[in-house]
Amino acid sequence: MMDGSMALPFWLDALIALLLLGGALVALLGSIGLARMPDFYMRLHGPTKASTLGVGATLLGSMIWFGVGHEGLSVQEILITVFLFATAPVSAHMMARAALHRRVACRERTHGEPWDEMDRLPGYAESSSSSDSQR
Amino acid sequence: MTATVLPIALALFSLSLLLNLYRLLRGPDIIDRILGLDTLNVNAIAVIVLGGIYMDSSLIFEAALLIALMGFVGTVAMTKYLVRGDVIE
Repeated sequence: MMDGSMALPFWLDALIALLLLGGALVALLGSIGLARMPDFYMRLHGPTKASTLGVGATLLGSMIWFGVGHEGLSVQEILITVFLFATAPVSAHMMARAALHRRVACRERTHGEPWDEMDRLPGYAESSSSSDSQR
Repeated sequence: MTATVLPIALALFSLSLLLNLYRLLRGPDIIDRILGLDTLNVNAIAVIVLGGIYMDSSLIFEAALLIALMGFVGTVAMTKYLVRGDVIE
Protein backbone atom coordinates (compact mmCIF):
# COMPACT_ATOMS: atom_id res chain seq x y z
CA MET A 1 0.00 0.00 0.00
CA MET A 2 2.78 2.49 0.86
CA ASP A 3 5.11 1.35 -1.94
CA GLY A 4 5.11 4.73 -3.67
CA SER A 5 6.65 6.55 -0.71
CA MET A 6 10.18 5.57 -1.71
CA ALA A 7 9.94 7.79 -4.78
CA LEU A 8 9.62 10.94 -2.64
CA PRO A 9 12.77 12.95 -1.85
CA PHE A 10 13.78 12.82 1.80
CA TRP A 11 12.98 16.44 2.71
CA LEU A 12 9.51 16.20 1.19
CA ASP A 13 8.84 12.99 3.10
CA ALA A 14 10.03 14.66 6.29
CA LEU A 15 7.83 17.69 5.61
CA ILE A 16 4.75 15.51 5.09
CA ALA A 17 5.52 13.52 8.25
CA LEU A 18 5.97 16.75 10.22
CA LEU A 19 2.68 18.19 8.93
CA LEU A 20 0.75 15.00 9.71
CA LEU A 21 2.22 14.55 13.19
CA GLY A 22 1.98 18.25 14.10
CA GLY A 23 -1.57 18.44 12.83
CA ALA A 24 -2.60 15.40 14.85
CA LEU A 25 -0.95 16.79 18.00
CA VAL A 26 -2.60 20.21 17.63
CA ALA A 27 -6.01 18.63 16.97
CA LEU A 28 -5.57 16.43 20.03
CA LEU A 29 -4.74 19.55 22.05
CA GLY A 30 -7.96 21.18 20.87
CA SER A 31 -9.98 18.12 21.80
CA ILE A 32 -8.37 17.97 25.24
CA GLY A 33 -9.40 21.60 25.65
CA LEU A 34 -12.93 20.68 24.63
CA ALA A 35 -13.06 17.89 27.17
CA ARG A 36 -11.31 19.58 30.10
CA MET A 37 -12.28 23.28 30.16
CA PRO A 38 -14.70 24.32 32.91
CA ASP A 39 -17.45 26.20 31.06
CA PHE A 40 -18.85 26.47 27.55
CA TYR A 41 -17.29 29.80 26.60
CA MET A 42 -13.84 28.41 27.38
CA ARG A 43 -14.63 25.10 25.70
CA LEU A 44 -15.43 26.92 22.47
CA HIS A 45 -11.80 28.04 22.15
CA GLY A 46 -10.29 24.57 21.84
CA PRO A 47 -11.98 23.09 18.79
CA THR A 48 -12.58 26.31 16.87
CA LYS A 49 -8.93 27.33 16.79
CA ALA A 50 -6.74 24.33 17.50
CA SER A 51 -8.75 21.67 15.70
CA THR A 52 -9.14 23.77 12.57
CA LEU A 53 -5.38 24.38 12.47
CA GLY A 54 -4.64 20.70 13.13
CA VAL A 55 -7.01 19.42 10.46
CA GLY A 56 -5.73 22.13 8.09
CA ALA A 57 -2.13 20.96 8.58
CA THR A 58 -3.20 17.35 8.01
CA LEU A 59 -5.02 18.34 4.81
CA LEU A 60 -1.95 20.28 3.62
CA GLY A 61 0.29 17.27 4.23
CA SER A 62 -2.16 15.06 2.35
CA MET A 63 -2.28 17.57 -0.51
CA ILE A 64 1.53 17.47 -0.83
CA TRP A 65 1.45 13.66 -0.61
CA PHE A 66 -1.10 13.27 -3.39
CA GLY A 67 0.16 16.23 -5.39
CA VAL A 68 3.73 14.91 -5.76
CA GLY A 69 3.71 11.87 -7.97
CA HIS A 70 0.77 9.83 -6.74
CA GLU A 71 -2.65 10.35 -8.25
CA GLY A 72 -2.22 14.06 -8.64
CA LEU A 73 -4.01 16.72 -6.61
CA SER A 74 -7.70 15.88 -6.33
CA VAL A 75 -10.40 18.52 -6.58
CA GLN A 76 -12.21 17.11 -3.54
CA GLU A 77 -9.24 17.78 -1.29
CA ILE A 78 -9.01 21.46 -2.24
CA LEU A 79 -12.77 21.74 -1.85
CA ILE A 80 -12.62 20.18 1.65
CA THR A 81 -9.88 22.62 2.72
CA VAL A 82 -11.63 25.70 1.36
CA PHE A 83 -14.96 24.61 2.80
CA LEU A 84 -13.51 23.78 6.21
CA PHE A 85 -11.71 27.10 6.53
CA ALA A 86 -14.78 29.02 5.37
CA THR A 87 -17.34 27.28 7.58
CA ALA A 88 -15.47 26.73 10.87
CA PRO A 89 -15.64 30.41 11.99
CA VAL A 90 -19.27 30.67 10.87
CA SER A 91 -20.39 27.65 12.88
CA ALA A 92 -18.35 28.82 15.89
CA HIS A 93 -20.05 32.22 15.71
CA MET A 94 -23.49 30.61 15.47
CA MET A 95 -22.77 28.38 18.49
CA ALA A 96 -21.48 31.29 20.57
CA ARG A 97 -24.58 33.30 19.69
CA ALA A 98 -26.87 30.41 20.60
CA ALA A 99 -25.05 30.01 23.93
CA LEU A 100 -25.42 33.73 24.68
CA HIS A 101 -29.07 33.58 23.72
CA ARG A 102 -29.68 30.62 26.02
CA ARG A 103 -27.62 32.31 28.77
CA VAL A 104 -25.52 29.20 29.33
CA ALA A 105 -23.91 29.37 32.78
CA CYS A 106 -20.34 30.65 32.93
CA ARG A 107 -17.73 30.15 35.63
CA GLU A 108 -18.29 32.06 38.85
CA ARG A 109 -14.99 33.93 38.62
CA THR A 110 -15.92 35.52 35.26
CA HIS A 111 -15.91 39.32 35.40
CA GLY A 112 -19.41 40.38 34.46
CA GLU A 113 -21.89 38.24 32.57
CA PRO A 114 -21.00 37.21 29.01
CA TRP A 115 -24.42 38.14 27.65
CA ASP A 116 -24.29 41.73 28.94
CA GLU A 117 -22.53 42.81 25.76
CA MET A 118 -25.16 41.06 23.69
CA ASP A 119 -28.00 42.98 25.37
CA ARG A 120 -26.17 46.23 24.73
CA LEU A 121 -26.18 45.68 20.95
CA PRO A 122 -28.63 48.08 19.25
CA GLY A 123 -31.90 46.42 18.42
CA TYR A 124 -30.99 42.98 19.71
CA ALA A 125 -32.87 42.99 23.00
CA GLU A 126 -36.06 44.26 21.35
CA SER A 127 -35.91 41.81 18.47
CA SER A 128 -35.16 38.82 20.69
CA SER A 129 -37.91 39.66 23.15
CA SER A 130 -40.42 40.27 20.35
CA SER A 131 -39.46 37.02 18.66
CA ASP A 132 -39.95 35.23 21.97
CA SER A 133 -43.40 36.69 22.38
CA GLN A 134 -44.43 36.04 18.79
CA ARG A 135 -43.31 32.45 18.53
CA MET B 1 9.12 8.34 7.32
CA THR B 2 5.51 9.06 6.47
CA ALA B 3 4.75 5.34 6.77
CA THR B 4 5.89 5.32 10.40
CA VAL B 5 4.18 8.59 11.32
CA LEU B 6 0.82 7.69 9.76
CA PRO B 7 -0.33 5.13 12.40
CA ILE B 8 0.74 7.53 15.18
CA ALA B 9 -1.29 10.37 13.65
CA LEU B 10 -4.28 8.04 13.24
CA ALA B 11 -3.99 7.00 16.90
CA LEU B 12 -3.82 10.64 18.05
CA PHE B 13 -6.88 11.54 15.98
CA SER B 14 -8.74 8.51 17.34
CA LEU B 15 -7.93 9.71 20.86
CA SER B 16 -9.33 13.15 20.06
CA LEU B 17 -12.45 11.52 18.58
CA LEU B 18 -12.93 9.71 21.90
CA LEU B 19 -12.54 13.00 23.81
CA ASN B 20 -15.14 14.62 21.53
CA LEU B 21 -17.46 11.66 22.11
CA TYR B 22 -17.04 12.14 25.86
CA ARG B 23 -18.14 15.77 25.51
CA LEU B 24 -20.99 14.77 23.21
CA LEU B 25 -22.35 12.25 25.73
CA ARG B 26 -21.65 14.22 28.90
CA GLY B 27 -22.15 17.91 27.91
CA PRO B 28 -24.15 19.72 30.59
CA ASP B 29 -26.00 21.93 28.12
CA ILE B 30 -27.30 21.01 24.68
CA ILE B 31 -24.95 23.54 23.08
CA ASP B 32 -21.98 21.58 24.48
CA ARG B 33 -23.31 18.54 22.65
CA ILE B 34 -23.61 20.53 19.42
CA LEU B 35 -20.01 21.73 19.81
CA GLY B 36 -18.85 18.18 20.49
CA LEU B 37 -20.67 16.91 17.39
CA ASP B 38 -19.19 19.68 15.23
CA THR B 39 -15.66 18.89 16.43
CA LEU B 40 -16.35 15.19 15.87
CA ASN B 41 -17.23 16.00 12.25
CA VAL B 42 -14.05 18.03 11.73
CA ASN B 43 -11.85 15.31 13.24
CA ALA B 44 -13.63 12.60 11.24
CA ILE B 45 -12.66 14.49 8.06
CA ALA B 46 -9.00 14.32 9.13
CA VAL B 47 -9.29 10.59 9.93
CA ILE B 48 -10.79 9.94 6.48
CA VAL B 49 -7.98 11.93 4.81
CA LEU B 50 -5.35 9.95 6.74
CA GLY B 51 -7.13 6.75 5.70
CA GLY B 52 -6.92 7.94 2.11
CA ILE B 53 -3.15 8.34 2.43
CA TYR B 54 -2.95 4.92 4.13
CA MET B 55 -4.83 3.22 1.29
CA ASP B 56 -3.10 5.40 -1.33
CA SER B 57 -6.38 6.31 -3.00
CA SER B 58 -8.26 9.60 -3.14
CA LEU B 59 -11.57 7.83 -3.78
CA ILE B 60 -12.56 8.11 -0.11
CA PHE B 61 -12.32 11.93 -0.11
CA GLU B 62 -15.85 12.25 -1.47
CA ALA B 63 -17.09 10.93 1.88
CA ALA B 64 -14.98 13.54 3.70
CA LEU B 65 -16.42 16.30 1.51
CA LEU B 66 -19.93 15.04 2.23
CA ILE B 67 -19.24 15.02 5.99
CA ALA B 68 -17.85 18.57 5.80
CA LEU B 69 -20.96 19.81 3.97
CA MET B 70 -23.56 17.97 6.04
CA GLY B 71 -21.79 18.72 9.33
CA PHE B 72 -21.85 22.44 8.66
CA VAL B 73 -25.49 22.39 7.55
CA GLY B 74 -26.43 20.36 10.63
CA THR B 75 -24.60 22.66 13.04
CA VAL B 76 -26.17 25.77 11.52
CA ALA B 77 -29.63 24.17 11.58
CA MET B 78 -29.32 23.14 15.24
CA THR B 79 -28.03 26.52 16.44
CA LYS B 80 -30.64 28.31 14.32
CA TYR B 81 -33.29 26.19 15.96
CA LEU B 82 -31.97 27.05 19.42
CA VAL B 83 -31.83 30.80 18.76
CA ARG B 84 -34.97 31.26 16.69
CA GLY B 85 -37.15 28.32 17.65
CA ASP B 86 -37.44 27.39 13.97
CA VAL B 87 -35.00 26.27 11.30
CA ILE B 88 -36.53 27.94 8.25
CA GLU B 89 -38.67 30.99 8.94
